[in-house]
Amino acid sequence: MAVLTINNKRCNLCGKCVMVCPFNAISQQDDKIEISAGCKMCKLCLKNCPVKAIGLIDEKRVMVNKEEWRGILVFVEHLEGNIHPVTLELIGKARELADPIKHPVYCLFMGDGIDQKAENLLRYPVDKVFIYEDKELKYFRVDNYTNIFEDCLRKVKPSIVLVGATSVGRSLAPRVAARFRTGLTADCTALEIRENTDLVQIRPAFGGNIMAQIITPYARPQFATVRYKVMTPVPRVTRPWGTIERCSVLPEKLRSQITVRQVVMKEELPGISEAEVLVAAGRGVREQKDLAALEELATMLGGQLAVTRPLVEMGWAHYTRQIGLSGRTVKPKLIITCGISGAVQFSAGMNASECI
Amino acid sequence: MKIIVCIKQVPATNRVGIDESTGVLKREGVESKMNPYDLYALETAIRLKEKTGGSVTTVTMGPPQAKSVIKESFILGADKGYIFSDRKFVGSDVLATAYTLSQGIRLLEDFDLIICGKQTTDGDTAQVGPELAEFLGIPHVTWVTKITAITEEAIVVEQDLGNSYGILELPFPSLITVEKEIFQPRLPSYRRKVQTAGKQVNMFAFSNFIDHDDQKYGLNGSATQVERIFPPVAYKDQIFWEEQALVVAEKIYALIKDKNII
Repeated sequence: MAVLTINNKRCNLCGKCVMVCPFNAISQQDDKIEISAGCKMCKLCLKNCPVKAIGLIDEKRVMVNKEEWRGILVFVEHLEGNIHPVTLELIGKARELADPIKHPVYCLFMGDGIDQKAENLLRYPVDKVFIYEDKELKYFRVDNYTNIFEDCLRKVKPSIVLVGATSVGRSLAPRVAARFRTGLTADCTALEIRENTDLVQIRPAFGGNIMAQIITPYARPQFATVRYKVMTPVPRVTRPWGTIERCSVLPEKLRSQITVRQVVMKEELPGISEAEVLVAAGRGVREQKDLAALEELATMLGGQLAVTRPLVEMGWAHYTRQIGLSGRTVKPKLIITCGISGAVQFSAGMNASECI
Repeated sequence: MKIIVCIKQVPATNRVGIDESTGVLKREGVESKMNPYDLYALETAIRLKEKTGGSVTTVTMGPPQAKSVIKESFILGADKGYIFSDRKFVGSDVLATAYTLSQGIRLLEDFDLIICGKQTTDGDTAQVGPELAEFLGIPHVTWVTKITAITEEAIVVEQDLGNSYGILELPFPSLITVEKEIFQPRLPSYRRKVQTAGKQVNMFAFSNFIDHDDQKYGLNGSATQVERIFPPVAYKDQIFWEEQALVVAEKIYALIKDKNII
């Protein structure tokens, strides 16, 4: 167990650690420094202690054999066979990560009546598409989808699994990751690969203007979710080389405790994700009526009005207009931001815009 | 109906900066509050209890001071509350957090439904709910916007899936995470605040848990590791104009026209 210890003989109670702790986990109790459960092991106290009174006891952890896990697998999200465009962005990223370590790129496609669509996936730079077809898999249900995902991962043993950070992906990926007792990093904004196949995952963190670089050093597979429109869609290949492998599972794995009574398509509203020009309003806009001016500008530019989270919270705009980590990710040609400080939760949702 | 609601104490501000020379996080103030999304989960639980009877229990994992969010839940209508707190839980990522919650919940009496907020405002991952359901071996549905029916054995919910929505039935015990549209959270009442002032928050530590494998908790039980934190990279091609609004407007217009955006 990794723990921080305090050498009371050395400690001079200078209080530096109490001050630098970002999580308020250190306090002075009488003539002793105490670390509470609020500690997040950032080790800043350790680095800042002038008398080196804080130590770290770190036991060796069990490490998987990374050689046994090969390939990058992309989960193919779809609704009734219509593949979500985030899938093509993930295939592009997977290829980019796979080439330097010479790993194959796989797709996992489950559903009902998806044969033809699976063929289409071979137009992209994938090595193999695993398909699981059954009427029980027509709609997304988290329990049997997790079973199928598990079956595929046990068979293929990929090093990395990429899932779109969509409503479906963000419900499914954590469940599968927990089953494998492995790490999952949500909403990655950048991904890189190391020679030892460790995936370097970058995402905004600590609820602040801070980016975190995260790795999954001990476990495999390494799971990451990526938002739609964060990566670039992959172009088709001139001569496809991939193959399809049909997989089957025992009937009990297909059973679900969840009953789908109805699935209704929402009416297509012109979304901010598709707009080429956006005018975004933030907390600096003091009154709701001032939004009208921004909306007018947006209309004149042939674009749409978008907002940040505080404006949605105040009820000034519908959340479908919200940009950011808890809203939509956008990639317009032009975005004009007004009254926006640029908190990382917001900018993570619009960084890829061509002109800001 | 017995309902458990998972809540979390989060920083009241997200204005955390980073000192580039020392790499130290800079905080302005240290205030904490209940994760705002959890208020919707708690409200949903209280409404269900008002309709069907039963009880609402809140649970949280965190440092001892996180007790205050459980006390806050009493004021809003929770009957019982537990905090899972131990230095062994320090440095938990999603995996270790979900596992710790599952072990704590195993110590409580049987439940029908667990309700979580859609995500927290500090981690923003929305992953703990689904992972908790997996560790407890129960089905889950995320992004619930509406509860359409409830019976002895099952609950029927509406799930928002972005471009579509589904109506799903799931049996008890199960877990749901709720969206903001589900119910408007009530305001705390002064009367309940006085009534619940002396109410105890129960505490469970590592020693109370059944699974004593410390490779599953805290930093050791975490599969992910934060290697470093750094300020976001600033854009390279920045242009600054400090002039009269009308002049700047002309310049912006010329620029975006030049870039063929309009």
